[in-house]
Amino acid sequence: MNLLFVVLIPFIGAGLAAWVSRFGRLQSAWVAGGVALAALIVLAPSVTAPFLGETLVQRIPWIPALGLDLAFRLDGLGLLFALMILGIGLLIILYARYYLAERDCMGRFYGYLLLFMGSMLGIVLSENLILLLMFWELTSLSSFLLISYWQHREDARTGARMALAVTGLGGLAMLGGFVLLGEMVGSYDLSVVLANGDLIRSDPLYTPMLVLILLGAFTKSAQFPFHFWLPHAMAAPTPVSAYLHSATLVKAGVFLLARLFPALSGTTEWSVLVMGAGLSTLLIGAYFALFKHDLKGLLAYSTISHLGLITLLFGIGTPLAAVAGVFHIINHATFKASLFMAAGIIDHECGTRDMRRINGLWRYMPYTGTLAMVAAAAMAGVPLFNGFLSKEMFFGETVTFSANHSWEWLLPGAVVVAGIFAVAYSLRFIHDVFFNGDPVDLPKTPHEPPRWMKVPVEILVAICLLVGILPAFTVAPLLTVAATGVLQSAPPDYDLAIWHGVNAALIMSVIALVGGILIYAGRRPLFKLATRLEGLLDAKAVFDWILKGLLALAGAVTRTLDSGSLQRMLLVFILCALTLGTIGFLGGGAPLTGDRALLPADAVSLLVTIALITVALWTVILHRRRLTALIVMGALGLLISLIFVKFSAPDLALTQLSVEVVTIVLLLLALYFLPQYSPAESSWPRRIRDIGVAGLAGGGAAALTWSVLTRPYESIADYFLENSVPGGGGGNVVNVILVDFRGFDTLGEISVLALAGLGIYAMLRDLRLPGPACDARGRPWNWDMHPTIMAALTRLLLPLALLVSAFIFLRGHNLPGGGFIAGLVTAIALIMQYLANGVEWTHNRMTSNLHPVIGAGLLIGLLTGLASLVFGYPFLTSAFTHVHWPVVGDFELASAIAFDLGVYLVVVGATLLILVHLGLMHHASHPGEPEPSGANHA
Amino acid sequence: MLESLLSMEALIALIIGVLTASGVYLALRARTFPVVIGLTLLSYAVNLFLFVTGRLTVGLPPVISDQAAGYADPLPQALVLTAIVISFGMTAFIIMLSLKARAELGTDQVDGRLDGDVAPDEHGAGRGGERG
Repeated sequence: MNLLFVVLIPFIGAGLAAWVSRFGRLQSAWVAGGVALAALIVLAPSVTAPFLGETLVQRIPWIPALGLDLAFRLDGLGLLFALMILGIGLLIILYARYYLAERDCMGRFYGYLLLFMGSMLGIVLSENLILLLMFWELTSLSSFLLISYWQHREDARTGARMALAVTGLGGLAMLGGFVLLGEMVGSYDLSVVLANGDLIRSDPLYTPMLVLILLGAFTKSAQFPFHFWLPHAMAAPTPVSAYLHSATLVKAGVFLLARLFPALSGTTEWSVLVMGAGLSTLLIGAYFALFKHDLKGLLAYSTISHLGLITLLFGIGTPLAAVAGVFHIINHATFKASLFMAAGIIDHECGTRDMRRINGLWRYMPYTGTLAMVAAAAMAGVPLFNGFLSKEMFFGETVTFSANHSWEWLLPGAVVVAGIFAVAYSLRFIHDVFFNGDPVDLPKTPHEPPRWMKVPVEILVAICLLVGILPAFTVAPLLTVAATGVLQSAPPDYDLAIWHGVNAALIMSVIALVGGILIYAGRRPLFKLATRLEGLLDAKAVFDWILKGLLALAGAVTRTLDSGSLQRMLLVFILCALTLGTIGFLGGGAPLTGDRALLPADAVSLLVTIALITVALWTVILHRRRLTALIVMGALGLLISLIFVKFSAPDLALTQLSVEVVTIVLLLLALYFLPQYSPAESSWPRRIRDIGVAGLAGGGAAALTWSVLTRPYESIADYFLENSVPGGGGGNVVNVILVDFRGFDTLGEISVLALAGLGIYAMLRDLRLPGPACDARGRPWNWDMHPTIMAALTRLLLPLALLVSAFIFLRGHNLPGGGFIAGLVTAIALIMQYLANGVEWTHNRMTSNLHPVIGAGLLIGLLTGLASLVFGYPFLTSAFTHVHWPVVGDFELASAIAFDLGVYLVVVGATLLILVHLGLMHHASHPGEPEPSGANHA
Repeated sequence: MLESLLSMEALIALIIGVLTASGVYLALRARTFPVVIGLTLLSYAVNLFLFVTGRLTVGLPPVISDQAAGYADPLPQALVLTAIVISFGMTAFIIMLSLKARAELGTDQVDGRLDGDVAPDEHGAGRGGERG
C-alpha cells in the first residue's frame, strides 16, 4: 500500500507545514523538505518494479458500485513523473526558502505547494480514471492558490482565475471523455483501458470521447488556442513557475497523452487533432517568446512552444516518436526549471524582469550567468546539452513522418522555423541579460545570490550536461522503462548517441542554429514589425470577451427572474411546477384513474372531510384576522391526526397531535410580536389571479393524489415487516425503521432539528422587539398572568405527564410511541409549566441551558451507531436481548433504545430551546416589568 | 361515477387539493405571518400525500401481532413521522426569521418594503431606531 501513502503524505504534510509556520519563518521549509523526502523514501521500495518489467497495482475498494476504487499503479511512466515531481519538488523547496521575502507567509506557501505535490503525484500514480480526474481537479485548485499567492496583486488574482477557468473547463470536458471511455470498455481501470485500444478505436463514440479528453489535456498543457492562461500565470512567485509551469502542472496534459497513448492513438482523428494542436502551439509559442520583454514571459512562451513540440511528437504516433516525447519531457523539465530559477534569481537581485533594463549582468553575477547559459544552450538544442538529443530525435521523426505522407517538406520545414526561433529566443535570454551594454536604471545593485539558492540550479544544470554528454550512461535506463510504460510494450531500438553521422536531422539542427543566430542578429526590424502586429492574435481578448458576455447574460437572466420580490419569485416557481407537471402528465398519455379497487367512504369520513375543507377555507378567508385564523388552523392539525388514526397510522396520529400543540403555542407566542391584522393590500385582480393559481395547484395536487391512490403498487415494505421482529427486535415496524433500518436517516433528521433549534437561538439572541401594551382591540392585558388554579393544576400534572412520556418512550419499540413522540410530550409538559407559572419561576427550578441536552442527544445517537462499528457491524446495527425483570416481566433491551434516547433528547432540547427563548423575549418585552437578570443569555 | 366520488380515495384527494390550494394562496400574500401559515398548510398537504402513497388501509396498523390480518405500509409512515417533526422545525425557523426581519426592517412585508405599510398598527411599524 505504499503508493497510497506516497500520495497521502504530501496532503498530510500540507497541513503540518502550514501549522508549524507559527513557530518560526523557516520551520515550514524544513517540514516541506522532510515531507517530500518522506514520500521519496516510501516510494523507494517500489522503484525497482518497473525496471523488472512489473506494473504495480494497489487497490482499496472505495465505491465499488460506481467502479471507483482507491487504485494506484506504478509503471515506468508513473515512476518517471513521480521522481520528477518529488526530485524537482525538493529543489524548489530549497530554492523557495531563499526566494520568498521576509513578509511572505512561508506556511501558506509550503502548504499550497505540498497540496499541489500530492495532487500531481495522485495524477501520475492513479490506476482509476475517475480518481485521476479528482487529482486533476485538485491540481487546478492548488495551482489557483499558488498563482494567487500574492493576493494583494491584481495580476496574480486575474491570472489565477483565468488559469482556473480554462483548466477547470478542460477538466469538466475530460470527465465527460472519461465516462465515455469507461462505458466503452466497461471499467475505469487504466489496465483495462490500455489493453482495449482496438475496442476503443472502433467505437462509434470514439471521436467525441477523444475530443473531450484532448480538451482536458490541451487546456492543462497550454496548447493553442488555450495557451493564453500560461503567460498570465507568471504572476506567481518564480518557484511556483519553475515547478508548476515547467516541470509538473503543464506536463499533466502531455502525461495524459502519453498515458492514454496505447488506447487512443493510431487514428486519423488523433493525428489531425494532436499534431495540429502541437504544431500550431510550437510555432506560435516560439514566435511570441522572442518578442517578450519580460524574462518570465519569454520563458512562458518558450514553455508553450516546447509543450507543443512534445504534443506534436505524441501526435505523430509512432513508437519512436513517443520515446522522443518522453525524452523531451525529461529534458525540458530540467533545463526549463533551472532557467526559471535563474530568472527568479535575476528578478530577486535586480528587482525587475524587464529585459530592456536588465543588461550586462555578466559583471555582477558571472556564476549565475554560466548556469543560465548552459540551461539556455540546452533549450536552444546546442550539441553536448540534453536538449540537443531530444530535439534531434524530434527532427528525425518529422522527416520520417513526412516521407510517408504528401506535402513532405511542410512538417520538417515548419519545425525548423520553430527551431530557428528557439535558438533566437535562447540567445536573447543570454545576450540581452548578461551582455548588451549596461543595466538601465535598476532598483538595486545586483550581486550573486546566497550559496544555497544556486544549489538547485547547479544540480539541474549538471543533469543537463551529464545527459547531454553521456546519455547512454545516465538517462537511458529510465527513459527505456518510461517509454515501456507509455507504449505498454518494449520500445523500439533507438540510439542515444550524440553523433549519428550527417543525416537530415543534423542538417536541420545546423540550419536552426545558424538561422537562429541570423534572426537574432537582425532582430531590430523584426521587433518593430512584431510591435505593429501585436494584438492581432490576442487569445486573452477573446477569453475576456466571452467571459464578459457570459457574465452579462447571467446578470440579465438573474435580473429578469429575480426582481427582489418574494411574491413574484414564488409565483414563478409555482407556475413552473404547474407547467412541468402538466407537460409530464399530458406527455405520458396515461389515464387519470387507475384500476385499483376503491374503499367506500363512510359517513364519519365524509363529515371529517367536510369539516377539514371548511376549516382550511375558513383559515384562508379569515387570514387577515391573524389570531382567529391561527386558532382555526389549530383545528386542522387535529382533523389531520384523525385521518392518520383512520388509516392505520397510530404513530403519525400521536406525532401530529403533539406537534400541533407545540406549533400553535409557538405561533401564538410569535404573533404577539407581529401586527394582529394584515392590511388589505392586494388589489382584486391580483387576488383573483392568486386564487386561480392556487386553484390550479390544488387541482393538480388532487389529480396527482387521485391517480396515485387508484393505482396498484409494489412496496419494499414486506422486507421491513418480515425482519422487524427477528432483525430489529421490535414489533412497531415504524419505530424499528426509524431507529434501526433507516437509523442513519433519523440521525440526519435529528441533526437538522438540532441545527434549526440552534439557528433560532442565534437569531433570537440579540433580538429586541417591543411588545404591545394592550391587545388588538385596545384592551390592556390581564395582569394576572399566572392564574393560581392553572398554575397549581399544571404543577400537579407535570409528574403525570412525564410518566406518560416515559411510558410512550419505553413501549415505542413494540407499540405506537417512541423517542419523537415522547420527546414532544415531555416538551409540552415542560412548556405548560412556563405558560402557567412564568419563565422566572420555572427557571429557578429547572436548568435553562438546553444546548447540552441537544448535544448529548446527538452524541448518544452517534455513539450508538459507532458502537456497532467497534463490534465489526455496519454503522447503527442494533443488538437486542430479552431480560426478565421480576415484577415487570419479560423486558426487551435493544441498543436501538439508546438511539431512541438520543432522538428523545434532541426533540426535547430543540423544541424547548425554541419556545423558551421566544418566551424569554416576551418576558423582556413586557412593559413595566423588570427584566430578569441574565435571561437573555439563558 | 358517484361510487368513485364517494370513495375514501376521492375524499383524500379532495382534502389534499384544498389544503394545497389554501397553502398556495396564503403563501402568495404580502405579509410574513400569512406566508408562514400558508407554508404550514402546504406541509400538511405534502405530509398527507407522502403518507397516502402507501395507499389507504383501514384498521391494519403496522404493529406486528399474531392476530393481525395484514399490515399497512410502514415505510411512508416512518418517513412522514420525521417529516412532521422537521416541518415543525421549519415553521419555527421561518416564523423566527419573520420576527427578526420585523426587528431589522421595521415591517412584516415579505420584501421588507416599508411603503406597503398602509394599515396603522399598534406596534408603531417602521421604527427605524430598532435596527440591529
